[in-house]
Amino acid sequence: MKTYVSSEYDVIVVGAGHAGCEAALASARLGMKTLVVTIGLDMVAFMPCNPSVGGPAKGTVVREIDALGGEMGRNIDKTYIQMRMLNTSKGPAVRALRAQADKNAYHEKMKETIESTPNLTLRQAIVDELVVEDGKCRGVITNTGAKYLAKSVVLTTGTAARGKIFIGELSYSAGPNNTTPAMKLSENLEELGFKLRRFKTGTPPRVNANTIDFSKTEEEPGDKTPRHFSYESSDLDYLRDQISCWMTYTNENTHAVIRENLDRAPMFSGLIKGVGPRYCPSIEDKVVRFADKNRHQIFLEPEGRKTREYYVGDFSTSMPEEVQLKMLHTISGLEKVEMMRPGYAIEYDVIEPWQLRHTLETKNVENLFTAGQMNGTSGYEEAAGQGLVAGINAALKAQNKPGFTLGRDEAYIGVLIDDLVTKGTNEPYRLLTSRAEYRLILRHDNADMRLTEKGHELGLINEQRYHEFLAKKQAIKDLAEELKTVRVTASDDVQVYLVAKGLSPLAETCKANAFLKRPGITIDMIEELTHHKFDYDRYVKEQVEIITKYDGYIKKQEIEIARLKRQEAKRIPKDLDYDQIAGLATEARQKFAKIRPETLAQAERISGVNPADLAILSVYLQNGRYELKNNE
Amino acid sequence: MGKRLTEFDTIAAISTPVGEGGISIVRLSGEDAVAIANRVFQKKDLSKVASHTIHYGHIVDPTTNEVIDEVMVSVMLAPKTYTREDVIEINSHGGMIVTNRVLQVLLQNGARMAEPGEFTKRAFMNGRIDLTQAEGVMDLIRAKTEKASQVASNQLQGALTKAVKALRQEILDTLANVEVNIDYPEYDAETVTAGQMQETSQSVIDKIDELLKTSSEGTILRNGLKTAIIGRPNVGKSSLLNYLAKSDKAIVTDIAGTTRDTLEEYVSVNGVPLRLIDTAGIRETSDLVEKIGVERSKKALSEADLVFLLINSSEKLTEEDRELLALTQDKKRIIVLNKTDLPRQVDSSDLATDSPIVEVSILNGDNVKEIGELLQKLFFSGIRNSADEAMVTNQRQISLLNKAKMQLQEAIDAVDNGVPLDIAQIDFTGAWETLGEITGESAPDELITTLFSQFCLGK
Repeated sequence: MKTYVSSEYDVIVVGAGHAGCEAALASARLGMKTLVVTIGLDMVAFMPCNPSVGGPAKGTVVREIDALGGEMGRNIDKTYIQMRMLNTSKGPAVRALRAQADKNAYHEKMKETIESTPNLTLRQAIVDELVVEDGKCRGVITNTGAKYLAKSVVLTTGTAARGKIFIGELSYSAGPNNTTPAMKLSENLEELGFKLRRFKTGTPPRVNANTIDFSKTEEEPGDKTPRHFSYESSDLDYLRDQISCWMTYTNENTHAVIRENLDRAPMFSGLIKGVGPRYCPSIEDKVVRFADKNRHQIFLEPEGRKTREYYVGDFSTSMPEEVQLKMLHTISGLEKVEMMRPGYAIEYDVIEPWQLRHTLETKNVENLFTAGQMNGTSGYEEAAGQGLVAGINAALKAQNKPGFTLGRDEAYIGVLIDDLVTKGTNEPYRLLTSRAEYRLILRHDNADMRLTEKGHELGLINEQRYHEFLAKKQAIKDLAEELKTVRVTASDDVQVYLVAKGLSPLAETCKANAFLKRPGITIDMIEELTHHKFDYDRYVKEQVEIITKYDGYIKKQEIEIARLKRQEAKRIPKDLDYDQIAGLATEARQKFAKIRPETLAQAERISGVNPADLAILSVYLQNGRYELKNNE
Repeated sequence: MGKRLTEFDTIAAISTPVGEGGISIVRLSGEDAVAIANRVFQKKDLSKVASHTIHYGHIVDPTTNEVIDEVMVSVMLAPKTYTREDVIEINSHGGMIVTNRVLQVLLQNGARMAEPGEFTKRAFMNGRIDLTQAEGVMDLIRAKTEKASQVASNQLQGALTKAVKALRQEILDTLANVEVNIDYPEYDAETVTAGQMQETSQSVIDKIDELLKTSSEGTILRNGLKTAIIGRPNVGKSSLLNYLAKSDKAIVTDIAGTTRDTLEEYVSVNGVPLRLIDTAGIRETSDLVEKIGVERSKKALSEADLVFLLINSSEKLTEEDRELLALTQDKKRIIVLNKTDLPRQVDSSDLATDSPIVEVSILNGDNVKEIGELLQKLFFSGIRNSADEAMVTNQRQISLLNKAKMQLQEAIDAVDNGVPLDIAQIDFTGAWETLGEITGESAPDELITTLFSQFCLGK
């Protein structure tokens, strides 16, 4: 193909899924002339799997994206059809917001935002090759021969890179939802020295709601209390006419159909070589691995307001089409269901993520960034979080500014990226709250407190929003102080009130802030008991309640974080020759050389490295400094 | 989530070799050295004394106010110290058991057990040691770590590791379920209640207590190895007793509330703590007409972990000797062929046994040192001449077990105080990680692997 030089940009983003959209918007908003290309314009911010955003850990990521000035939170707040807070019966650290999205509306809204953002060009094209000179990425070449030059490039190929769909015995090259796959880019990446591997994921069938007998299923309605992902959204705009989800179960008949046809399942026939996620197994996988379980939950989720298409959640499968239909018909409420699209499995190329820095720039090729599913993750939120970080860094790099990273103590996005670049991943990576060491600090409710400052510093949070944030921060301080000035008297009224609520009575009069530490007590209750009005909104009250009640635990985690910071301050030179360090165990030497940790704290997190190796490494580093000092 | 952030905390260890010399030194180094020492030291406020001064006082367990030892404490403030950090040295003369207790009480009050070579490492990190010694430091760390792990893998430790692994599994099963409830709130897994977590915590605490009580390391460190000295009359039992008692001036205590009949004495021989059973019996019989002999020995034998069987090498083996040899056949025993200064009638080969034998004359002091050496070898089986390494490992394990216990108790208390499960769980998870430090396991994503193997999750 004869190439021609087309336009020149600051930043090019390849792919316009959830990672690509965030990357492109961040870059353009930071003033960079940005091009975003996608294989199909109808796939911008498309949801090829579940029509929902959020959930434990993931929902917190959306809040973090919003606090940093990203788009996902705003976009879902404009296009959801149901909103629910999960884990409300548990503590504040693990509460999680989840929204059902109107799939099409979500895509349209995001596309509209991209189209109307200054500095940003959206174009349909397939990228075949990168332009790399002297180890630096200079642009991309498309299959039509167009050569676009740029100062930095972000790749977000999702499942399109050499994508291959499996339905029973059938398999063919395709990207998500039968789109055109990107066949050539992977080869180019391998030529550039990148290590790629195959991952697999899957999606369940979609069915027509007109053929579902909902009376045989259980309803799952949305919340009445207003909730949003974006800190910009107002309670007044909260959606009142929400659409419910529904729940049903598989049964022994379903499992019998699956067992009879296992030899036709590509996961078991050996057709699929890619590694699938343990946390999102296909239904055939579940039936085999958990043979003693006689039923599995199935969720029926509407795909939008204007369609009758429903997503059959927790029923991911790559069985042949006819078997899928048979399986569905065994399920209560789905006996006569009409299948609109079959489920499928998809195999795709990912880049081994330990080849990246915390900025998501590749170690191998400068000015090249990768984000999203391509880095071995799964989930829209995980993709968007990385896309935002990659987009910000691509923009900073284009301006020769230092990179932007998030720590494990600052954001779930930080945990996600650190896990990827430090440990790599052997399966599509999903965020879980248990991956975070400091989850009491990384709450969904305080994402703004953690990150708005950073978003503002970067230039992604506007002045109005920043001032609102500062006001909220001040209000939290004020309310905490005000509580100290109010006393809760151990009067008969108070005791009766407490006992009536099943709480233990007061031993003596105490200050309201101490009273608030008692289990079950809220600031609203204190207002009722003392007739003192605390004139703050519910979000401020919520912050003060959490900070007051869990003060001891928060402090504990802060001490741990302080220690982490000291280790993180110990930088390891990029070009350190680990062969020069006497006494390192071979395994540690190899791992250090492969991952090239940037700080001593990161070195500690590499698996298979023991304390003696770390001690030796730190002694060696100290030695280097010592030498330096003496030679000065 | 392996936590190895060990650079800046305050570390403690016994810095004198175990079983040598009358005085042992427990050393503390780090930012909180003075504060931690102050928590357990009585008589003076150590935060107000000048640097490089020494102070007389008592080490006290602050939870019980029990006096553990009478000590001299040196306070040396940074930077003119070995590590260039604040250093406290507690000079204890109470023998090994007491020194260990001093160390434990420091560990319970905020210090962390030093890793092998860590004081030296810190000295280097803080620029105290010069460049040419750097290589040496690395070798030292590697060598000491290897020795310590050798200890960990020897027979004595194997049982403990296995028990701790079982405890971790018990916590992990509950933990994985808690995590599933959090990360998959809609999944129909059984919901773990705060009460269940408390139950698991209590169950693990009970088992840790049992472990501390019954594990050979734990018992021996706290109580000493129950030791019986037996032999027919006039064979030299009381001489041996006196010799052992003398080998360490610190006879710690007689057990309170026991009658003279079952009097026990603690001694430390070459670093091995012994709890000598029925010392009264031995002493009495030397005064009185010998009449009790085998009967009395049998009783002592039934309780003993270790037996010293004395045989008179200057007389032919008697029926009684043979009976005692048979009786102790299955015990851990050291056979002492005494009175080698007299003409020999019995040789080692006459005894037809694999048990270790020492030939001595307690009266003359011939070869008696070998008793202690043999004891040390038996007790610290696994490595030669590095009793202190073994002790470090033991102490480390005990302090970690105690720490895990404390964390579990905090989790229980938190639930009682109305703290939500997922927050009280912070300490519960902490205990799991602490126990992991004992077994040295930090399998990557252990929790997450359990999560997915035990629960059938999907999205």
